[in-house]
Amino acid sequence: MIDRLTENRGLDSFDIRYVALILAILGIGVLSIYSVTQGQPGGIAPFYLKQMMWIGLGAAAFIVMWASDYHHLARFAYPAYAFILLMLLFVLFEGRTSKGAQRWIALGPLSFQPSEFAKLILVLVLAHYYSKAPRVGWLQRVILPGLLVLPGLLLILKQPDLGSGLSFVAVYAAMLLMVGVRSQALGFILLFGIMLFPFAWEGLWGSLHDYQRQRIMAFVDPDYDPGGKGYHALQSKIAIGSGELLGKGLYGGTQSQLKFLPEGHTDFVFAVFAEEWGFLGVLVLLTLFIGLIWLSLEIASKAKDQLGALLAVGIVAMLCFCVVVNIGMTAGMFPIVGIPLPLVSYGGSATIMTMAALGLLLNVKRKRLSLFY
Amino acid sequence: MASAHYPETEFGDLHRRLFILRVGLLLVVALLGLRLWHLQIREGPYYRDLSENNRTRQVLLEPARGLIYDRHGVLLANNVPSFSLYVTLEDVKDREVLIQQLTDLLGLDPALVRKKLMIRGSKLLPRKIKDRMTLRDATLVESHRLDMPGVMIQVESQRNYPGGVTAAHLLGYVGEISADQLEKPEFVDLHQGSIVGQYGVEKSYDRHMRGVAGQKSVEVDALGHEKKASVVERPQAGNDLYLTIDVRLQKLAEDLLGVEQGAIVALDPTNGDILAMASRPAFDPNLLSRELTAKQWVEIVQDEGRPLNNRASQGQYPPGSTFKIPMAIAALETKTMTPSSTVHCNGGYQFGKRLYHDWKVGGHGYVDLHDALVHSCDVYFYTIGQRMGIDVMAEFGKDFGLGRATGVELPSERSGIMPSTAWKQKAKNESWLPGETISAAIGQGYVTVTPLQMASLVGTVANNGVSYRPRLVQAVMDRTTGNLQELPAVPRGKLNAKPDTFRIIKDALADVVTKGTATRAKSSLVTIGGKTGTAQVAALRTGPEENIPKKYRDHAWFVAFAPVESPKIAVAVLGEHMGHGGAAAAPLAKEVIETYMKLTPQVPVVTSDLSGVAQPGRPSKDS
Repeated sequence: MIDRLTENRGLDSFDIRYVALILAILGIGVLSIYSVTQGQPGGIAPFYLKQMMWIGLGAAAFIVMWASDYHHLARFAYPAYAFILLMLLFVLFEGRTSKGAQRWIALGPLSFQPSEFAKLILVLVLAHYYSKAPRVGWLQRVILPGLLVLPGLLLILKQPDLGSGLSFVAVYAAMLLMVGVRSQALGFILLFGIMLFPFAWEGLWGSLHDYQRQRIMAFVDPDYDPGGKGYHALQSKIAIGSGELLGKGLYGGTQSQLKFLPEGHTDFVFAVFAEEWGFLGVLVLLTLFIGLIWLSLEIASKAKDQLGALLAVGIVAMLCFCVVVNIGMTAGMFPIVGIPLPLVSYGGSATIMTMAALGLLLNVKRKRLSLFY
Repeated sequence: MASAHYPETEFGDLHRRLFILRVGLLLVVALLGLRLWHLQIREGPYYRDLSENNRTRQVLLEPARGLIYDRHGVLLANNVPSFSLYVTLEDVKDREVLIQQLTDLLGLDPALVRKKLMIRGSKLLPRKIKDRMTLRDATLVESHRLDMPGVMIQVESQRNYPGGVTAAHLLGYVGEISADQLEKPEFVDLHQGSIVGQYGVEKSYDRHMRGVAGQKSVEVDALGHEKKASVVERPQAGNDLYLTIDVRLQKLAEDLLGVEQGAIVALDPTNGDILAMASRPAFDPNLLSRELTAKQWVEIVQDEGRPLNNRASQGQYPPGSTFKIPMAIAALETKTMTPSSTVHCNGGYQFGKRLYHDWKVGGHGYVDLHDALVHSCDVYFYTIGQRMGIDVMAEFGKDFGLGRATGVELPSERSGIMPSTAWKQKAKNESWLPGETISAAIGQGYVTVTPLQMASLVGTVANNGVSYRPRLVQAVMDRTTGNLQELPAVPRGKLNAKPDTFRIIKDALADVVTKGTATRAKSSLVTIGGKTGTAQVAALRTGPEENIPKKYRDHAWFVAFAPVESPKIAVAVLGEHMGHGGAAAAPLAKEVIETYMKLTPQVPVVTSDLSGVAQPGRPSKDS
């Protein structure tokens, strides 16, 4: 492998396609936020400008994560996890409440959402764990990492932040699938899961907040209660559907401009985009996302070691989960849980976290600089 | 230490799994795409129809603006119900027909209505066409509503100032937000048609008083007629302000000025509370808070007397002899003079080729600092001015807050000018001339001040150098919680001067009233200390838009404080073109001081408890 040794060690991984895709998606986000928040309260600056600021910070995070060595980062996984758990605990007692859920920690004029960052740290923790764990047995495979996931998951559900909680589970499941639970075991889990489902459902249902129950009920039959909780789902569907093939153009979204759609710049930004740019716009956005995911999986499959591969898979899983669930919920396929659309929805913590995660992914692509090879 | 090698099989394994992952992902995204195709293409027309017939209209519910009270809870600004006319373009069949209808029905100006209908924005959001409609007009519109789909009458609150012109410059007025304002970040949560403060505390405390708009959903039928309404979010009322002024004193000050142009400022030197701030001529904020016609507006703006100008905080005048107070303090502090050193005044001061006159022909003879203040001897101050030089004078002037805004909570406060060599270099790009120092020494030439600055200055002297930022608002009442938040006085620091200096100056100022230039301010009720001043109009330099006044008579100044032993009030009076300060301005200051003393008994009065009387207000803190 002489040629590999002669390659430039630093910049070889900087994939321009990958960066262009990210920027394109970010651009779509800013455009939609701009369109929907015209004349809405946004504090000191309009939302789209603030989002650009977040993107700037995210770019810095991206570069830092890409330039460092993921082996070093992995070493900090446990301390970082401990720190973020403390933060999540702190948020429960001291956090800023918004719409009945405590998710934010105020830092002067800004506030940040530890549950967003917890997702990325969880990927790091699990990748670190599995890259070292002996490949034997149930305990090390499933139970121990499961116990690792649990405290974070519980704290997040307590906020309550169903969306982030679900992405936690999704990341765990994806990693599990990657390190190779034997198919029997997988079957076993599924079987058990199904058997326990009614009980679990009962427990889960009981622990949900009223608004979440209503959302789930609304999902079952959104048209049943157009003024109530199904309202979001219905208005979102109307917004997307009425975009038809070509959309209504910028500002043309009557649904979003009229404020029928709440959260038009955050969780429901996709509906705004679909209304204004139509099915063609949606195809463009989906293509961009697929491209990004494809390149990411490419990186995962070419990873030089298990840690890299696992990191990449975890990040892709997280990204996919958020994209699919967010679009699914705006399109009325899933119940409405608070999950932002990565790189598109307005939000500081989510934007910075996602860009940091993508930077880390690109880091995996880099030719190893480590001494062992 | 990560182990370096993984068995080949493991990687193979990983690749296989990744492949499964890829296929799974593609499937899921394909499903999403399919769903969206179904929604947007197959069912698109259905949803498009739904969205177009989304027959609810969101109507904003304007919040009630916070009220304004004086220091004793007397109401100065409130809201009265009024009717507004809204039009939702979406439901209007023919714009021109509607404009015609409204013109016929209400006599509105068609051009104005057309302009409001043309403003960029959503066709579905109702826009305000007219506010403050009479009940008759509102009823007329209601009765014709079926012929005018898209037209809606909304009951709103209209700002009202029960006192009319009283305290107009302080209160300011409100008005519909302008297009320029809408672009600004501080108005980001407002919309076309929002009412915001445009002047006075209405403007500077707008954020506090604004409140938060609510929302109502109105269901309309296919013709745009209202069927059903439900409140989605209640509006939140804005917060109330308690001003520091005593409206009785304010009224008196305004009446004293009467038809004259000028300003009176009275404040409490121990905390900076402005007790009265009058400026004449004034305007009626009730009139300005409505929609004015362009003609009315032009009339007000082009009025010779400039009624919109708050002379107390925006009028910049040469301080004349009142400037001798900081000059005297500077002379003592810099040891330019001792209290007993004298200057001989023979009615003039020779400097170079020029003779600078004293106001008293023949002169004052030998004068020390005390006499120079009592009789306002110009030659004495020419002398010390020349000895100290302009930059030392400027330093002391700045310590007293001259040349910069006091920071009172009013928009567009002016700073006046405290000239210095550096200032002239910067402002005029010329070097300072020694002769200019001599003019400045008696408060002429480049020196300009606002009446508010002078009241603050004399208050600082009265308070032995301890100074507070003049303020107009002493408390804010949060409407949602009912909490009354008292705003603390804002200390501005302490002037570095010996206690003796203040004692000497205050003695002299007391003698100004008992046997000097301001005997007309002598009061049988209370000891007053003060200083007269006369500002030459011919030498006015107050900026480019200064229109030459018709009259060339001088402005009269009088600044005062009382009681001399423990000052409770500081006053500055400025009468434009009223001649000599002692004759014209001093009696006005005396009236203000005496009235305040009567209104504010220094002995605490125990009033009977008024419990059970629902009265907005608060116990005064004067006792």
